[in-house]
Amino acid sequence: MATVKFRDVRKAFGQVEVLHGVSVDIEEGQFVVLVGPSGCGKSTLLRMLAGLEHITSGEIVIGDRVVNALPPKERDIAMVFQNYALYPHITVAENMGFSLMLKGASKSDIEAKVRPAAEILGLTHLLDRYPRQLSGGQRQRVAMGRAIVRNPQVFLFDEPLSNLDAKLRVSMRSEIKNLHQRLKTTTVYVTHDQIEAMTMADKIVVMHDGIVEQVGEPLELYDRPANLFVAGFIGSPAMNMTPGMLAEGEPGMFVTGQGQRIAVANAGTAKPGQKLICGIRPEAIHLRGDVALRVKVVEPTGSETHVVAELDGNEMTCVFRERIKAGPGDELKVSIDPEAIHLFDAEGGQRLSA
Amino acid sequence: MQARPARSFSILGWLLESRNGLGFLFMLPAAVFLLCFLTYPLGLGVWLGFTDARIGREGIFVGLENYIWLFDDPVFWLSVFNTMLYTVVASILKFALGLWLALILNQHLPFKTFFRAIILLPWVVPTVLSALAFWWIYDSQFSIISYVLMNLGLISEPINFLGDPGMARASVIAANVWRGIPFVAISLLAGLQTIPQSLNEAAALDGATSWQRFTKITLPLLTPIIAVVMTFSVLFTFTDFQLIYVLTRGGPVNATHLMATLSFQRAIPGGQLGEGAAIAVAMIPFLLAAILFSFFGLQRRKWQQGGGD
Repeated sequence: MATVKFRDVRKAFGQVEVLHGVSVDIEEGQFVVLVGPSGCGKSTLLRMLAGLEHITSGEIVIGDRVVNALPPKERDIAMVFQNYALYPHITVAENMGFSLMLKGASKSDIEAKVRPAAEILGLTHLLDRYPRQLSGGQRQRVAMGRAIVRNPQVFLFDEPLSNLDAKLRVSMRSEIKNLHQRLKTTTVYVTHDQIEAMTMADKIVVMHDGIVEQVGEPLELYDRPANLFVAGFIGSPAMNMTPGMLAEGEPGMFVTGQGQRIAVANAGTAKPGQKLICGIRPEAIHLRGDVALRVKVVEPTGSETHVVAELDGNEMTCVFRERIKAGPGDELKVSIDPEAIHLFDAEGGQRLSA
Repeated sequence: MQARPARSFSILGWLLESRNGLGFLFMLPAAVFLLCFLTYPLGLGVWLGFTDARIGREGIFVGLENYIWLFDDPVFWLSVFNTMLYTVVASILKFALGLWLALILNQHLPFKTFFRAIILLPWVVPTVLSALAFWWIYDSQFSIISYVLMNLGLISEPINFLGDPGMARASVIAANVWRGIPFVAISLLAGLQTIPQSLNEAAALDGATSWQRFTKITLPLLTPIIAVVMTFSVLFTFTDFQLIYVLTRGGPVNATHLMATLSFQRAIPGGQLGEGAAIAVAMIPFLLAAILFSFFGLQRRKWQQGGGD
């Protein structure tokens, strides 16, 4: 177990800078998820931590060692790749014991370390198979097993679940989290899937275009997104965004471009006349009230009903716990929880609500 | 109701309408081509080996006489030895140098595609042309190698590249290696590129040195391709003719006579068609052995079996 620190880390490929100074502190034993859309630099950051990419400037510290100049094998980390990167020509047991074999450990030592790891992951009956003979989920487990056997300071996961089907992804998600709770090894996990980030992380680092947009606990990010990007990225269905401004002389009232009035409990530093974006989570909209929506699509999921509706020309997604009987074109009267409204500066996208 | 077509129509009808008939029709051109240009010459060659045919005179069947005669012919056995030496040494060199080149070209080099294209040049140039170039390079008086070495003061008189038996063997092998490397290098490069980069990265994280990554990851994963490439390379080298024929014609004192050149020598300039054919047929067991070797080498290994990706 070790801490990991990124200090103003930058990466340029030729003339193109892809990471513009990333600073993140990861505590011992923490499960940190780097999340962001494709091309945001999250995988590059992870590969720099692993030593697979050169660090253009800044420092990466594992434990109390600056690892900038250390080759991968001296950083004491283990990585699970997106395509698992299992060695196809050796068995599962040999894959898991590969690092020990390289160190020249005896057969019995390797066996003694591989077996418990295989037991944790339920791989005992597969130890003599070759990677090709395994299913996707099993390969995933072998890749994790190979990491566990190393007993490293830090685990790195690079989008490990993106090659699995949706159902397996959910079960592997909890399996990885379970494993972390059991081993308590510092973990850095990269994904583009915000649900994976929300469900697994102790701490989420939201990245976008090579910068860190926000760092925080999952619910903190959900409840208090620092800017429009995080607000739109975290949460599914995504937050509804409506442009407008605060009414003159009426600080608690937001007026949309079309004149629709929405009460705001917490306007923070927003000033009347300032161009604003009003963010409303789909579940902050409740049935019955005085705001009229025009229903476009109704999507019952069983536990909830998702309604895509129109509010003065803006599309608005709502999530209701109730089952409703409404069809396209119907009018739906709803209320919007004033406490749950986020206000953002329309220019810079910064959060203004306290 | 339609009337049944007449018998002569029904054969044509069957050909055109049944799957097998149509398949037969489609196969016919290829089959005729193979029969005319592969099976017939091969069969004729084998047949000639059992006759005493000469140029301008049809032979009569003499059984194994040609082979018995060859068995006591020291020149034939010398050519067998030369061919084996030529094939083994050249193939080993081509493999080692080709693999080395492929590994270099697989790295991120500046002008990578340019180098990859240039590597192919020896393979693209007609053999006779490059052999002529080597003929000049190996010339006993005007050799550029001798010239450079003499000017450097390393030797005092020109090297007799093609006049001395040992030097001649080394020279033709060097020329063959030069010509054969591109095939090995480019094929192995293609093989190297099928190995995912992440395997090397995973191995690096697992603590492997670059030598260990080569021996424990790259080489084992490359073996199936090595087996194919080297089988072809051995077959090409074993049956080589042009290089030798242009450079030495088998000399000096038969030191570079390969089975292929000896066969030609005896059959065409020497006029003994039967004997030449017998020498050519004697190559078949060696080639079969090479093919069998590749057959077993190419069998899917255990790790390649089982579910797809």
